[in-house]
Amino acid sequence: MKLRRFLLNLAAPVAAISFSVAFCWVVLTLAHYNAGTAFADMWDYGNKSESIVSVINRAVPLYVAGLAVALGFRMNLFNIGVEGQFRMAALVAAAFGAWISLPAPLHVFAILVVAMLVGAGWALIPAVLKVKRGVHEVISSIMMNSIAIGVGAYMLGNWFIDKSKTGSLLPRTKPIPASGQMPSLNTPLDALGIRLPAGSNVFGFVLVAALLGLLFKLVIDRTSFGFDLRATGINPGAAEASGVSLKSMTMRVLLISGAIAGLAGMGDVLGYYHGFSTDFPSGFGFTGIAVALLGRNRPVGIAFGALLFAYLDRSAQILDLDSIPREIVVIMQGIILLSVVIAYEVVQRIAQTQETKAAAEATRRMDEADVPAEVGA
Amino acid sequence: MISTSAAARSAAQRVTLRNALIGGVGVLLLLSIVRYIANADDLTSSGAFEQALKSAVPILLAGLGGLYAERCGVVNIGLEGMMILGTWFGAWGGWMWGPWWGVAIGVAGGAAGGLIHAVATVTFNVDHIVSGVAINILGAGVARFLSSIAYTPETGGGVTQSPGVGGHIGVFSVPVLAGGDVFGWHSPDVLDWLDTKRWFFASDVAGVLHGLMANLSLLTILALALVPATWWLLWRTRFGLRLRSVGENPSAAESLGVAVYRMKYLGVVISGAFAGLSGAYIVLVTSGVYKESQTGGRGFIGLAAMIFGNWRPAGVLVGSGLFGFADALQTRNDASVHALLLFVGLAAGVGAVLVIRRRKALNIGLFAVVAAGAIAWYVTSDTVPPEFVYCTPYVVTLVVLAAAGQRLRPPAADGLRYRKGQIT
Repeated sequence: MKLRRFLLNLAAPVAAISFSVAFCWVVLTLAHYNAGTAFADMWDYGNKSESIVSVINRAVPLYVAGLAVALGFRMNLFNIGVEGQFRMAALVAAAFGAWISLPAPLHVFAILVVAMLVGAGWALIPAVLKVKRGVHEVISSIMMNSIAIGVGAYMLGNWFIDKSKTGSLLPRTKPIPASGQMPSLNTPLDALGIRLPAGSNVFGFVLVAALLGLLFKLVIDRTSFGFDLRATGINPGAAEASGVSLKSMTMRVLLISGAIAGLAGMGDVLGYYHGFSTDFPSGFGFTGIAVALLGRNRPVGIAFGALLFAYLDRSAQILDLDSIPREIVVIMQGIILLSVVIAYEVVQRIAQTQETKAAAEATRRMDEADVPAEVGA
Repeated sequence: MISTSAAARSAAQRVTLRNALIGGVGVLLLLSIVRYIANADDLTSSGAFEQALKSAVPILLAGLGGLYAERCGVVNIGLEGMMILGTWFGAWGGWMWGPWWGVAIGVAGGAAGGLIHAVATVTFNVDHIVSGVAINILGAGVARFLSSIAYTPETGGGVTQSPGVGGHIGVFSVPVLAGGDVFGWHSPDVLDWLDTKRWFFASDVAGVLHGLMANLSLLTILALALVPATWWLLWRTRFGLRLRSVGENPSAAESLGVAVYRMKYLGVVISGAFAGLSGAYIVLVTSGVYKESQTGGRGFIGLAAMIFGNWRPAGVLVGSGLFGFADALQTRNDASVHALLLFVGLAAGVGAVLVIRRRKALNIGLFAVVAAGAIAWYVTSDTVPPEFVYCTPYVVTLVVLAAAGQRLRPPAADGLRYRKGQIT
């Protein structure tokens, strides 16, 4: 029964991905492109070793953003504000990293702490509005995303801008010194016998992300806080009756989610940009929502989802050479997302029907056997 | 979810026509005072309000779209994505066959987005917000993909922009008051004459009214007409009663023979069509061209306007007027934006005086702090940074929701999943 359930759950994403590929195949064909070439080229290009390194690095922010979203989802809270939280955190943490000087590991640690604080701080407003004024967190956190764009641009342009580089077109923060940069994983990978192509670096932040996932699982599954969180998500009324304070849970979960979101951009800040500029990648927050849904809010699932989306993004770059619009990949991601949530819903219905049938069957058998013990009890 | 006392209170505080008039005149009076003190003529100029109206209409249409969906119990966070579809298809239709075809095709594009949302949320019971987020991602992707196919460099467009839409949607000015033509007779422009006199208050009122009456796009008039039409449809017809009953208590509605699924489908598809019209408006009236991320979150602001308006058409109109005014600030000159700090300060001061009667120390304190802060900012600075002007509509939304959040009454079954035959 358990195996069957597992297979059913696995069937949902597989069906969603297949449907999405088929759909995009049809779209490409209708638009007079050669869909076969497109997918074959994407597959070849995506599996090159440079691509794999890039996919891993791209997957990290999606994964961390996914964790941030998933934490809220487990309690039926929608932290749509991950986008704003991670951008504000990346900006302020990068400026802080350039400003302070500390010995190497402490420096990195301090930057990460600042990022988490800023992320949580940006989540504080929706959290307070939700708890004190009953404002739905979706609307308020969307507003906070837009405000982050304006406030971030103001802070970068007026407070944090590196004035020594007047020649450069894009405003950016002062660079973080070497002690605040995170080393890549190339040396340890080399020791393990994995040779990376020249010029490719695997972010050291991958380890932090992995640790974060482990922590997520432990906290959700093994602590009383995690139990309260899951209980509230499944049945808020029952949880409250058993002594859980909904308000304090909402507050804590949104703040922790914001803190995780604050880390989403740090792989890039510490491992590649060593600062923040206006061309810093965006959109992690929204893709993070998709990735969390794809992975059913479990760390392992989110990791797969993040890798899949990063793989699609990377492998689509080859389509430019075939002059096929690479935007097809965004459609593919959207369809995957929509069909996977539908598929999970269908799977759940099937599972429920089976359970009902199994229960009915068991009852019938008991009636036939006419077990006296049941009557006696 | 909402206690009966809250419902009773909201009914008691329903905006009456008299209160609305007093409020409107008060706001105009304050604006004229500020205009006079700060010497910022643009603040109450005809152009400023023409722009504000143009900014308000997309928000209004999105808000009405949200209203149809939420009145039948489906939260539609996908309005933004449906608006993107509306902008793309509106521009494409307009480019191919002219502006009115653009309107029709834009509406159809938005309705198609609504249909997807309905299939996911009604038939498959997917969480409404999850489906909405997916539609937002999908809408942006579809628009980009279609652009890369349809708008090649030869056409003068590209992946992020369409070629200019040929032709214009007609405009209308109210005769006599705003100098409109009547059967070829060019009538005098009374309000404009009054406006140029720069008399205190009278000219300000004339400027505002002239902005709201002159050069109205026919699409603007259509959008404004949809407010009473929506009210009539939802509150005065059988269809409206059924649609709303589905949003309040679907089980009860079903037991009385209402086809719950069909109603929800209709509500959500109409919602998408409104979002599509909103997108088409941006393309065909405001900008004349499709640009990527042109909607700029107005779908979400529309949703906020709907919440601000307490899920009622007239309320949506007031909310979108407010947000539209804030949105239009970005296009105005620095002096008038700076003068608005004084307006906010004085308005908060008036607010503080008004709430003294209610004897709530916290509210009085908040108003006083805002008043002092805004006036201090006004006195100590010369301009408002453009980044902050950009943030204004979003901050206003947050403030308004925080202030009004607990007096609102959403449909009772709003956002809840419903399966046919389920018992409550």
